[in-house]
Amino acid sequence: MKIFLSILLTAILTENFVLCKFLGICPFLGVSKKLNTAVGMSAAVIFVMALATAVTYPINKYLLAANDLEYLQTIVFILVIAALVQLVEIILKKFMPPLYNALGIYLPLITTNCAVLGVVILNITKEYNFAQSMVNSVGAGLGFMLAMVIFSGVRSRLENCDIPKFLQGLPIVLISASIVSVSFMGFTGLVEGIFG
Amino acid sequence: MADKKKSLGKEFTKGLLAENPVLRLVLGTCPTLAVSTSVVNAIGMGISALIVLVCSNVVISLLRKVIPSKVRIPAYIVIIASFVTIVQMIVKAFVPALDAALGVFLPLIVVNCIILGRAEAFAGKNSVIASAVDGLGMGVGFTIALCCMASVREILGAGTFLSGAQNLLVLFGENTLGGFNGFTLIPQDGVISPMMIFILAPGGFFTFGVLMACANKIAERKGKPKAELGGCKACPMAKNCAILAEGKECGEKKEDEQA
Repeated sequence: MKIFLSILLTAILTENFVLCKFLGICPFLGVSKKLNTAVGMSAAVIFVMALATAVTYPINKYLLAANDLEYLQTIVFILVIAALVQLVEIILKKFMPPLYNALGIYLPLITTNCAVLGVVILNITKEYNFAQSMVNSVGAGLGFMLAMVIFSGVRSRLENCDIPKFLQGLPIVLISASIVSVSFMGFTGLVEGIFG
Repeated sequence: MADKKKSLGKEFTKGLLAENPVLRLVLGTCPTLAVSTSVVNAIGMGISALIVLVCSNVVISLLRKVIPSKVRIPAYIVIIASFVTIVQMIVKAFVPALDAALGVFLPLIVVNCIILGRAEAFAGKNSVIASAVDGLGMGVGFTIALCCMASVREILGAGTFLSGAQNLLVLFGENTLGGFNGFTLIPQDGVISPMMIFILAPGGFFTFGVLMACANKIAERKGKPKAELGGCKACPMAKNCAILAEGKECGEKKEDEQA
């Protein structure tokens, strides 16, 4: 139990995917303008991350690792994730229209999101077992959501500010991201502190 | 003939400055922020991406009449992923220190928007030679942008320049260039010590923001529009996106439904 909690907290706070590891920056900058789109996008990311881990873990363990084919990881994983996202989109559209309306429009964007492939590869390099991988994926997704929600708040404030002309647009967004990232640096050592 | 040469030159140089993938098209931000902690890592990443970009552009351009347009994105991804795997294996075998430094970002070249974006925007429509030159230009542009960022971050953050150069030079044998391993510009125990924050995550965002502001300023002087995160229009999926076809962007549709 302790190890799960420590993995979860590490993934959300100390090794936040967006603000500390630079994974998933494109949606972080692109879809964080408004709170509701930020939440929708992050929910879809959590969903796809958990699903991708659940599918790729057995593929890696029983198909690739068992036959010494680990070098095919990148190519197999990206295909599995792309196919999975398409499949989920079709299934949701047909059987769960309310969920599709909430998440569906973000799904095509996620296929080429480096955070999803990143979490799958990191789970393997860190040699997590299945349960630990799942916890890490959900934690990474929650961390993504936290960063998105916080940042959408920052950005809505930015809209009303008088920004110097040369910083308008993307530069000021990046500089505010840097300040949000500083605040996440404050969590360094937190997990080690709690769990020894 | 002269015309053709001129246009090839244009394909190459447009990637360097006018359409620099990082600073003007705002693609591939994740690796840019993540590996620009040292110039050597930046060069390594830039060259790896360049090789993948040129190879995949050539193959995609060769196959552009064979691949049905409905399944072209998955087909492109397979081609790109194959080259990434090849590059990954080469780097692991010959430059292991670089593999350790780049970590997860080496396999993540697969989802680098620059490569899929160029495949979709250029290689799928143009001749082989033009695509190769376009890939070369974009790759060099990516490397230049990475090096700009990495120089600032490394000098301010670690007080060194080109530190760990032997990691890359090992390709040409042990102790190339007399065992050159970078300069120390700001010593750790001097009067002013380097600002560590520049090689940490916040420094990455900050440097990128300032660099972007400079690029915008230069573009403005030349009368070109500012670099914007293209949102839906820059997305490689844009052409087969149902939402965009309705003339809306991803975020807008949901609001419409709520209204």
